[in-house]
Amino acid sequence: MAITLKINGENTKIDAAPGTPLLWVLRDHLKMTGPKFGCGVGQCGACTVHFNGTPVRSCQLPHDEVGDAEITTIEGKEGKAANAIREAWIAADVPQCGYCQSGQIMAATALLEDNPKPSDDDIDTAMTGNICRCATYMSIRRAIKDAAKTLA
Amino acid sequence: MLPRFLSPDTADYAATLSIPPLSRRGFVKASGAFALGITLIGRMRAEAAGSPLKEVAGGDATPSLWIAIEPDGTVKITCHRSEMGQQVWTSMAQIVADELEANWEKVEIVQALGHPKYGDQNTDGSRSVRYNFHRLRVAGAAMRTMLETAAAAHWGTTLANCKADQNYVLRPSTGDRLSFGELAAAAGKLEIPAEADVNLKSRDQWRYIGKEIPSLTVPLIVRGQGTFGIDVDRPGMVHAVVAHPPQVFGSVGSVDDAAALAVPGVMQTVQLPTPEAPPLFQPLGGVAVVAMDTWAAIQGRKALNITWQDGPNAGHDSDSYRELLQENTRNPGAVELDRGDTLTALSNAPNKLTAEYYVPNLAHSPMEPVHATAEWDGDTLECWACVQDPQSTRGVLAGFFGIDPDNIKVNATWLGGAFGRKSKPDFVVEAAFIAREVGKPVKVTWTREDDLQHGYYHAVSAQRLEAALDDDGNCRALLHRTAFPSIGSTFNAAADQGAGFELALGASDNPFEVPNLRLEVGKAPPHLRIGWLRSVCNIQPAFAVQSFADAMAHAAGRDPKDYLRDLIGSARIIDPNTEGATYPNYDASLEDYPIETGRLTHVLDKVAKMAKWGRSLPKGHGLGIAVHRAFLSYIATVIEVKVTNDGQLSIPGIWLAMDAGTVVNPRHARAQMEGGTIYGLSNALYGEITAKNGAVVQQNFPDWRLMRMSEAPRAFEVEIIDSTSRPAGIGEPATPPAAPALTNAIFAATGKRIRSLPILGPTGETLNLES
Repeated sequence: MAITLKINGENTKIDAAPGTPLLWVLRDHLKMTGPKFGCGVGQCGACTVHFNGTPVRSCQLPHDEVGDAEITTIEGKEGKAANAIREAWIAADVPQCGYCQSGQIMAATALLEDNPKPSDDDIDTAMTGNICRCATYMSIRRAIKDAAKTLA
Repeated sequence: MLPRFLSPDTADYAATLSIPPLSRRGFVKASGAFALGITLIGRMRAEAAGSPLKEVAGGDATPSLWIAIEPDGTVKITCHRSEMGQQVWTSMAQIVADELEANWEKVEIVQALGHPKYGDQNTDGSRSVRYNFHRLRVAGAAMRTMLETAAAAHWGTTLANCKADQNYVLRPSTGDRLSFGELAAAAGKLEIPAEADVNLKSRDQWRYIGKEIPSLTVPLIVRGQGTFGIDVDRPGMVHAVVAHPPQVFGSVGSVDDAAALAVPGVMQTVQLPTPEAPPLFQPLGGVAVVAMDTWAAIQGRKALNITWQDGPNAGHDSDSYRELLQENTRNPGAVELDRGDTLTALSNAPNKLTAEYYVPNLAHSPMEPVHATAEWDGDTLECWACVQDPQSTRGVLAGFFGIDPDNIKVNATWLGGAFGRKSKPDFVVEAAFIAREVGKPVKVTWTREDDLQHGYYHAVSAQRLEAALDDDGNCRALLHRTAFPSIGSTFNAAADQGAGFELALGASDNPFEVPNLRLEVGKAPPHLRIGWLRSVCNIQPAFAVQSFADAMAHAAGRDPKDYLRDLIGSARIIDPNTEGATYPNYDASLEDYPIETGRLTHVLDKVAKMAKWGRSLPKGHGLGIAVHRAFLSYIATVIEVKVTNDGQLSIPGIWLAMDAGTVVNPRHARAQMEGGTIYGLSNALYGEITAKNGAVVQQNFPDWRLMRMSEAPRAFEVEIIDSTSRPAGIGEPATPPAAPALTNAIFAATGKRIRSLPILGPTGETLNLES
């Protein structure tokens, strides 16, 4: 049965089987391939999207339980914090393969929106749910701090 | 913008080239073939008459193969290697664009299809820059020369009066200039110069090579753009996942798919053929579930009722296999390298030191599991996949389906990490088989469980080292025995022990200046698919030998760094071939890339200085050091650990010195040093793939654990040794010294010697400090 979700500010009609996780609705039905599939069990963070501004694992969220919440993906994420993060990511060449990076950016953006001056410990807490096999962690930490400076 | 996977050799490519605007100088005639710009004319000439640049070192440097200049000045550079985070798009473009004198802002990348005309496309072995540095410079310089020649003809002057500069050719005496776009058509009609007539820039003229040029992929990545294997979409495409047999060469006994077909969205199931030994790159067999979306396919797979038939690997169990490998290193093996008389020296030694080391099977686990999309049109096949080698993938497909390679196109997408897994195209063959059965384009998704349970694993290994020490603690003889299943077993069912090419990765090129040295290899029959994983067989000997050096230093009561330096000894060049070894030297000649022990001690001294080796440390802290040559590069690593009384382990700092010869992009090289080190640490701390009844036990990230942000060191300093030597490997060589530097640091901090990996395992939280 078709339902309507608010994704990146637009009401979007979706006709997927009940219980289908939001990740696969975004990727296979809506062709929004920014959120990635890394584990399917909420452990790696590659599928991170914002649910009313809070980072969530879209592989664990049945699309038919989203309700009226606003879903934002990497494709639609804008704003001061997001821009600062993107600019810092580009300036430092943070990503290597890039596969986990939409999740990393969504997590980092939510961190800065919530806490504009994060400490190393704050960064560890906010980012440790997002695995990067290329191990861009050191660059991510530096770039979040660089982005925070531009927001100050 | 070109369609994502368009290669310059497709017919469509010509259609994307537009008629150039009339030059204000009326120079370019906008008619006929002239309008096609430099590439196609150049290519036609090269194919008709042969190119004098086909045979340069490294392969075909014919400019049209690599560069297209469009009338608007866009410089399209073909990248024939796969982009997997090592920034090969950027490095290949840096090399070409520098010699071409292209304006970096005008550079666009075209990802090549898999085709033999590009030469080697196998993006592993840390060799994209090494293999292509010279020929891409020649290609760029040759096209620059043709542009300058065309300008000289236009102005009626000599070549010496014309100079390419940032997408223009200048005539300094008059101040005239012509853009590359304006010159392209005329340049394309010229003869391709011979290598001797092409002037490569001197190092001090490089604009891009050796500079921190920003990545070409990152601006796309931060917007969620760019196409990975999982992101491919084709009209009418359906989705599949496969229930693979738990054991290699296990098979489907019976299958009941009624419940699977009842899952909403599931369309059909397809049974795959069971492979015969050796594994090669054959699909593993099993049952595919085809559905409208990935989720439905995954749900359908869960609902399959399959009775699996045991195969020849049913009895395989990691615990008993470990005992077998250990036993085979306690007895003499086949001798791979022999210097002096090690056995006599050991039996006469006043002091002996013996230690045994163990490294388990490891999984690549790139963040993107493997994915492939296949589409048939009659007998022609096109695939899109995250493959490290689209060319060999094409060959494998041709062999499997018995069709002409010319009827197969393989498009390499971006790779969401690879680490060696994606140079095994079993998953592409699988997708093509299912697509042929279904009659629609099919994308096959491997879930994380598929990735961990059906990989081509890094080989489990047991090693035993015995040293004869003199009264001063100096090593007089070293016996190194190793046993591990061979990568060769993936291609030859009879291969039952490590081969010379694998021992040449860090074992037979042992740099220690000891009078007696012997390397033996024991039997290790294969039961899993064995493959190459970032730094390959360097992992195990680097761990054992660098740990053992630390243990010998301790036995001698000496500083580990000084002792290691003395073990390496004088600055000299060694050749394992003269001592019985088979030593391919990473497919490089020993003349071009000798094994120089002085470069090892240089990075060792450098990293010790960086880390302030010998400084006093807080309680519970320790420094560990290791040095290793791999992929023709020399890397030394120091790790500082902190271990609390209750065994909580953290890594406050890492220092690394790298000598990789000429480095094309220092920024991206540093990233590989960081990434390669953490990759090694993650494996050492947590990584272990085990099998029971022939089937891999680990399923997903809860039981295959990777380092996370909270565990990453707060300080990580990399120093690149300034060098004019030939470029060497960057992507892999940081991995081998990471594990021994860590375990040596743990010993320094706690007195606990770790000889068996992983250190903690997937669920371990604290070190067991009891010895």
